[in-house]
Amino acid sequence: MVNIPVIRWGEEYESLETQELVHHSTGDVIGTQSMANGGLITRDMRKAQTARDILKQFSIEELVEKMGKAGDLFVNGNLSIGGSEQTPQDFILQQSATTGLPEHMVELGMSKNAFVMNNMGRIIDALTRGLPLDILSNGWGKEARGIPVSYQCQTPILAAVLPSNSPGVHTLWLPAVPLQIGLVLKPGQKEPWTPYRMFAAMVAAGIPKEIWCLYPGSGAEIGSAVLSKCKRSMIFGSKQTVDNYKGNPRVQAHGPGFSKILIGDDCVDNWEEYIDIIVESIYVNGGRGCINTSSIWASRHTEEIAQALAEKLGPIEALPPTDPNAGLAAFTIDGMATAIWDSIKDDLDEDGVTHVTGQYGDRLVEKELCGYIRPTIVHCKSPENAIAQKEYMFPFASVVECPEDKMLTSIGETLVCTGITNNESLRNQLIDCTEIDRLNLGPVPTTKLNWLQPHEGNIIDFLFRNRAFQVPEELL
Amino acid sequence: MSDNLDQSVSDAKSKLDAHTYEIVQWHFHESTGSPFWLGKKAELNFDPLTEVKGFDDLKKFPLFEDEWLRGGPVNRWIPKGLEGQPTFVFETGGTTGIPKSRVVIEDHRLDYEMFSETLPDQYFPKGANWLMLGPSGPRRLRLAVEHLCQHRGGICFCIDLDPRWVVKVIKKGWMDHLEEYKKHCIDQAITVLTAGHDIKCMFATPKLLDQLATGLEERGTSLPEIGITGIFSGGTEFTPQWTRYCVEELFGGPPEESGVYMTPTYGNTLMGLACSEPVTKENKYKITYHAPQPRAATEVVSFDDPNELVGYGETGRVKLTTLTRELFIPGFLERDEAEREKPHEMYPWDGVSGVRPYTCSPRVQPSAFTNRPE
Repeated sequence: MVNIPVIRWGEEYESLETQELVHHSTGDVIGTQSMANGGLITRDMRKAQTARDILKQFSIEELVEKMGKAGDLFVNGNLSIGGSEQTPQDFILQQSATTGLPEHMVELGMSKNAFVMNNMGRIIDALTRGLPLDILSNGWGKEARGIPVSYQCQTPILAAVLPSNSPGVHTLWLPAVPLQIGLVLKPGQKEPWTPYRMFAAMVAAGIPKEIWCLYPGSGAEIGSAVLSKCKRSMIFGSKQTVDNYKGNPRVQAHGPGFSKILIGDDCVDNWEEYIDIIVESIYVNGGRGCINTSSIWASRHTEEIAQALAEKLGPIEALPPTDPNAGLAAFTIDGMATAIWDSIKDDLDEDGVTHVTGQYGDRLVEKELCGYIRPTIVHCKSPENAIAQKEYMFPFASVVECPEDKMLTSIGETLVCTGITNNESLRNQLIDCTEIDRLNLGPVPTTKLNWLQPHEGNIIDFLFRNRAFQVPEELL
Repeated sequence: MSDNLDQSVSDAKSKLDAHTYEIVQWHFHESTGSPFWLGKKAELNFDPLTEVKGFDDLKKFPLFEDEWLRGGPVNRWIPKGLEGQPTFVFETGGTTGIPKSRVVIEDHRLDYEMFSETLPDQYFPKGANWLMLGPSGPRRLRLAVEHLCQHRGGICFCIDLDPRWVVKVIKKGWMDHLEEYKKHCIDQAITVLTAGHDIKCMFATPKLLDQLATGLEERGTSLPEIGITGIFSGGTEFTPQWTRYCVEELFGGPPEESGVYMTPTYGNTLMGLACSEPVTKENKYKITYHAPQPRAATEVVSFDDPNELVGYGETGRVKLTTLTRELFIPGFLERDEAEREKPHEMYPWDGVSGVRPYTCSPRVQPSAFTNRPE
């Protein structure tokens, strides 16, 4: 049995308060984790600068190389976690057990994380737009055209309050370490596995353990301690969480994506050509990500599109996590699946809303200790229907009937937008639309990520400030 | 259990039974009872005056509903036998809506005088001045701590702290405001502590104690250095891990090394103050509370049947009974769960440990689960 300790600047600390890590469907206890109290963070953060000082003993290039090794170890290595050895297969079983993710999705998530670790040099090069890396280390340097340029580091450590529901988020904080910035992480209560395995892999790859803090604990207490004591933090949560931190330069809040596919009038008559990429956008990774499509917008053929999606997605069953064909993740909190389905049912009663997947059987699947919701497609006659703006943590999408000229004023916040149109005017409007973060022009799944692009804000801009800097000519 | 402890337990039970009889007679007699209980008497299917002879007979009463405490007239709670005496009203809740109220004449003083007997004079010196670092306003705690200090011969300094505003700020998600308000409270405390008032003892909520220690360190000093030797704190946040953290990281060691002694308490406006067995590193900072019997009793009862005690070491809901001349509460289910503990030599009746908020079925809010970060 794994006993996960608190990590305080690399040192293990066993709390007197522990929480069991429980298998979502069998109820078996597979490990325990120490629960930190907020005061530990307040005290530890007084030593945060040491983490950066330690990392600055290495060049960014050296750290990038070590990250590559860590990536290999993350996927293939036997690593020490909480005093016991963890094989890659152990990791897959443990993460699937507590999060409800099918095992093959855990394996895919592992390879995504490893890809980012193995390609960190290219990713940093892309995110910095080719900036010489010693400028980030030294705080200033000279561009090729002879002009001084300064990037001032804003924090010795990056903190992150992580979710339990999506192991994919870890790629967002990974660049911090090669950028010589320490890490303070509050793992999700059901997903300590990835942060701890990353920690073990990086230490095994030669990155000093003293740059790490890991604080399992209650979201409210540990989360607020982390956010109040660290100069730069990421938090993953609900729309309310995001709204709470809007405009706060210390916090990068990640919440629901409300990602969408918009089909222009010039393409919509050929809607059948796009069904496969829409299905992929809704369904991949269990429909859990903020990049999964939650609505599809078109001015006509919407009922046919909804029906076609329902035909593909409606029959999908909830399969055990060990099944290689399992496409749905379990809701592991008691009563959660039922509560979500009840909320959806309320929205389905509204005029103009049609549930299209109902013909393929009940959507809610209640098990003894967990629940599932099978893929659900609804049709909305209008963007005004409440469910048109909803997003859920399973394959769910609304197909919304909306005139093309009203789409961009109706869609609201959109993390990823795929605009399927060849209409130059509509393309330009999509490019200009400030509600959209990541834009795909053409039939690209919303779930297709190019790691060389910033995601929901560029981490370089979050961690560094590009400021004016002047020195006498002889120092240049 | 030793023979001596067995005898003490038996004596304590007899005392509780006799006290229960006396208090029920008081509250249900026409000449001494409160309008509330005399009115309730008519609804009961038994006569408390003849059918309650001991503590176990209190199970005949329905559970006390704290909603009965909401709204007026508050005078309905004053027993006729105590009419005309100076009366306080203390409130709980009240962030929104009508708070729950309890009238008090001198219970808070008696409870804290009893508690005073448990404080070691070495760390809570008689005559020392105190700081009350907790809620102000219509709270029992604020006056009770002040009385405790005065009872021990000292003068109590207080801060302004409106807990209802704190709850509102948290509900609004104004975390920066919350931090500023905490700083505002700590600034007041540090101002008093550094003004030469020779303060040696204090009450603090766990969060404020943590903030105070940190605030003092940021100013280059510490709780021991500023002269604090005795602290009492309380609430479900007061866990073994939190105690260990305080001892190891805020105080600089156990009392014999750091000179700072902290004792946990568990209580509320209805019950008074449950005291703790000694808390030590050797016992993994386990905190076991014993109610101030016979004035109040705590039981750990089955989640399914509030009249059924769980076994020792087992988990259940905390049930509270208050038996004073000012207030009669025949069984109130607290919003906490805990483990049932055996009697202790200092407190020869059942105790409760591991007190924490009651975890009933999660009240699932779908809106809280609609995020799906990637």
